[in-house]
Amino acid sequence: MATLKKKMVQWDPTDIKEELLRKYPPKVARKRAKQILINEAQENETPEISANVRTVPGIITMRGCTYAGCKGVILGPTRDIVNITHGPIGCGFYSWLTRRNQTDASAEGADNYMPYCFSTDMHDEDIIFGGEKKLAKAIQEAYDTFHPKAIAIFATCPVGLIGDDIHAVAKKMREKLGDCNVFAFSCEGYKGVSQSAGHHIANNQIFRHVVGENDAEKPGEYKINLLGEYNIGGDGFEIDRILNKCGITNIATFSGNSSYDQFASAHKADLNTVMCHRSINYVADMLETKYGIPWIKVNFIGAEATAKSLRKIAQYFGDKKLIDRVEAVIAEEMPAVQAVAAEVRPRTEGKTAMLFVGGSRAHHYQELFGEMGMKTLSAGYEFAHRDDYEGREVIPNLKVDADSRNIEEIEVEADETRYSPRKSSEEMQKLEDAGFRFKHYDGMIPDMDKGTLIIDDLNQYEAEKLVEILKPDVFCAGIKEKFSIQKLGVPMKQLHSYDSGGPYAGFRGAVNFYREIDRLVNSRIWGYMKAPWQETPELSATYVWE
Amino acid sequence: MLLRHTPDTISERSALVVNPAKTCQPIGAMYAALGIHGCLPHSHGSQGCCAYHRSTLTRHYKEPISAATSSFTEGASVFGGQANLLQAIDNIFTVYEPEVIAVHTTCLSETIGDDLNQIRDKAEKEGKIPEGKHVIGASTPSYVGSHVTGFSNMVKAMALAAEKTGRKNGKINIIPGWVEPADMEEIKRLAAMVGVEFILFPDTSGVLNGPLSGEYHMFPEGGVTMKELRSAGDSMGTLALGEWCSADAARALDSAHKVPCRVLDMPFGLQATDRFIDALRTVAGVSVPEEIAHERGQLVDMMSDMHQYFYHKKVALVGDPDQLIAMTEFLVSIDMCPVHVVTGTPGKRFEKRIREITADMPFEVNVRAAGDMFLLHQWIKNEPVDLIMGNTYCKYIARDEDIPLVRWGFPILDRVGHQYFPTVGYKGGLRLLEKILGVLLDRKDRDASEESFELVL
Ligand code: SF4
Ligand code: SF4
Repeated sequence: MATLKKKMVQWDPTDIKEELLRKYPPKVARKRAKQILINEAQENETPEISANVRTVPGIITMRGCTYAGCKGVILGPTRDIVNITHGPIGCGFYSWLTRRNQTDASAEGADNYMPYCFSTDMHDEDIIFGGEKKLAKAIQEAYDTFHPKAIAIFATCPVGLIGDDIHAVAKKMREKLGDCNVFAFSCEGYKGVSQSAGHHIANNQIFRHVVGENDAEKPGEYKINLLGEYNIGGDGFEIDRILNKCGITNIATFSGNSSYDQFASAHKADLNTVMCHRSINYVADMLETKYGIPWIKVNFIGAEATAKSLRKIAQYFGDKKLIDRVEAVIAEEMPAVQAVAAEVRPRTEGKTAMLFVGGSRAHHYQELFGEMGMKTLSAGYEFAHRDDYEGREVIPNLKVDADSRNIEEIEVEADETRYSPRKSSEEMQKLEDAGFRFKHYDGMIPDMDKGTLIIDDLNQYEAEKLVEILKPDVFCAGIKEKFSIQKLGVPMKQLHSYDSGGPYAGFRGAVNFYREIDRLVNSRIWGYMKAPWQETPELSATYVWE
Repeated sequence: MLLRHTPDTISERSALVVNPAKTCQPIGAMYAALGIHGCLPHSHGSQGCCAYHRSTLTRHYKEPISAATSSFTEGASVFGGQANLLQAIDNIFTVYEPEVIAVHTTCLSETIGDDLNQIRDKAEKEGKIPEGKHVIGASTPSYVGSHVTGFSNMVKAMALAAEKTGRKNGKINIIPGWVEPADMEEIKRLAAMVGVEFILFPDTSGVLNGPLSGEYHMFPEGGVTMKELRSAGDSMGTLALGEWCSADAARALDSAHKVPCRVLDMPFGLQATDRFIDALRTVAGVSVPEEIAHERGQLVDMMSDMHQYFYHKKVALVGDPDQLIAMTEFLVSIDMCPVHVVTGTPGKRFEKRIREITADMPFEVNVRAAGDMFLLHQWIKNEPVDLIMGNTYCKYIARDEDIPLVRWGFPILDRVGHQYFPTVGYKGGLRLLEKILGVLLDRKDRDASEESFELVL
């Protein structure tokens, strides 16, 4: 097969870093230098990276904004809340169905507002005279037309500037309507440095206004919540299938395939499992403080990771019946996965990947690539904080800068009536002694090879350079990056929205991912970049008929 | 039912828009700017808007959309964005080396009141704009008008870059409006066939339907050059296609440099294309070549071949004003009945034009400017149609109501190819008819009972 690929020159990571920085004005270069890290073994500690810092104006970033994190990522996947964007039409429009959040609204009488986009469509007179009246009216109109159980309001940039008090409007309307919970999010796009700020604002308000609203007992055994899973391409469906099969009850997913009632009942679970550490770790902490539910980090991306996470959950509950059930499920599911892994492996072994997505995905997906024998040459996050790279222990040392101070931290205390520790301190200690780790996340750096490049807030210029230098077999990022990478002749897999594929979580998801990556790295398409006359332009001296 | 909450009963809403039929200004400005050669669009505001606009354009055009942002955080929102923009201009020229930066505002920088011209002048004074490079700007507050307005504003900014030397360049300016790159290519082909020399702006052909060659060029071949734009003031005249998209720019050229202009409809369908060709001919003082009459005849032939399937079929349409006006006329010309027509873009003249075009139809058309797709759906529930034409979001209505859909307009997120196949001109008319007939007959093939199923329905 004719491919364009030149043999990879052995690049020294230091040279690559230099090459990436060469073109920047000195100030930009200094700043970026701290966000580009060569993964080296250091004594007893992980190297430090600069993250969650402002994007340099004029640099073509992969990041989005606070509103996108709040409305798009966290509230987007919830089906029975009417989400009204308060602002000019654009923000609402762009966050309308574009994240591929799937939902199962097939239950009799279930509400599903996800295919709808609601906006106050502010006009200039609202900007000049204030938009509170229009917002109140819009809430009323939404209530009259749909009678939802909850209405959420999202502030966009101009709303913050003109000073509309969306929380006061929400409160007034909640009281007026009586049977509809109305709450608001101050998630103006300019707050914070990335969508991460929006996750925070969203989670805080859900915690404040919804969690704990429903005290009814939920049926089922081994009750957990799944935090930080958004059901992109049906991931949440696959995880739920596996949990069900094991006999584990998922009370609430935050927030893939979720419903209002799930959030309202989340305090009924006995364990919180955290998938995307970045988007939600603080909620896990709050649930523990307020209700006494411990949390552990899990990862359902990758078959091995899935098995490990299931075992971890089973070990937590410590019940023989569950432990056996989990082993039986793993034994039943694994062969099909391994068969496909074995089938693709000869075609994927030794191939290389780069991943630049999210605040956990660039870490999690390395497991899947590993299962195919593929190496990750370089990875980084779009909106992570240092703990996502270096591990949770750095949290106490994080500098609180002006941008982070913007984002409200809520103070929680143990709920007087509902706090109950799920396990005694002796039981917790026993688990910890056996190597079980609560409230813990290692971060991406320790899992990556020596000499790999870890880059925070990668931008288009650096992406292009990296790809030119290292020629990975597949590059993973988002839609904005997709086609510039592919123009270079390298297949690009979207890992925020999965292009049209998925699910990739769990056992069946692993199979889907193996097949998808096999297709991408072995497609003939990438061999057609040059016409034959471009590959060998020299004319031979004579014209010869064969 | 995916849109299970949409009731048949229509109640007036004055504050809540549901399922918008428009989006905001900057995305239009960004698209227009990509039609300038060597141009990096720049979004002056917080980075989320830019990310959203790039994502949506990428999803629609399936091409890299590069654009920079001033990345406002809270500080810039309080103290103004001047420092951010100055820094951005410097960084952009150093790192990406474009010929032009086309800045547009967002609702944030507009609300703060940042003055683009003043910041541009300051950048110039501070030597941040290298010799021979340009920064142009358009004010695009997203709380006025729609994405169409933003497109128009940026095209106007392009027109204002024109100069007059007094030496005629022998060309005519053609402003194509917000159409696909392939449409721009087709407009150029037709103009060249008629034999006129022209400056087309913006021109995204080659930029947003570029080849895959193993090389990435942030600034591909294609786009109108700044040199051409500057000389637009010396042209014989301007043809502006579409009142909403293009007229402002044409009028600005007229008032600034006395370049006479004519505003035409976008050349979708037979009659609008006829008028476009005729205008080209008269403005340039040439005669229309036989090949064009031949292409026209082919379209008329296809119309007659298909007429039996189209006659009095009801259609619901949603999209942007200029496109809708031309399309409504086209549908009427083949005896179809556009019964519901909605655009999200405001403008009273729109409703009037649609009513004029449909005046002698055997029914009263429902038409709304500044409407939304929720209303369109409700209209459809009350008066069902045989066909829907509109963007990707229509697929939810189409599925729930079981109505064939022709994807047309912006954005088309779930299909590929629209960037390559024109729908303007006579050739574009052929493609539109083929698409419409395709979905109508697929539906018939699917629905026919076994006894009435025939090889040729
Ligand atoms: S903040 Fe304004 S400019 Fe930005 S996406 Fe929203 S409406 Fe558009
Ligand atoms: S994985 Fe990434 S994209 Fe997803 S929620 Fe976490 S941070 Fe966001």
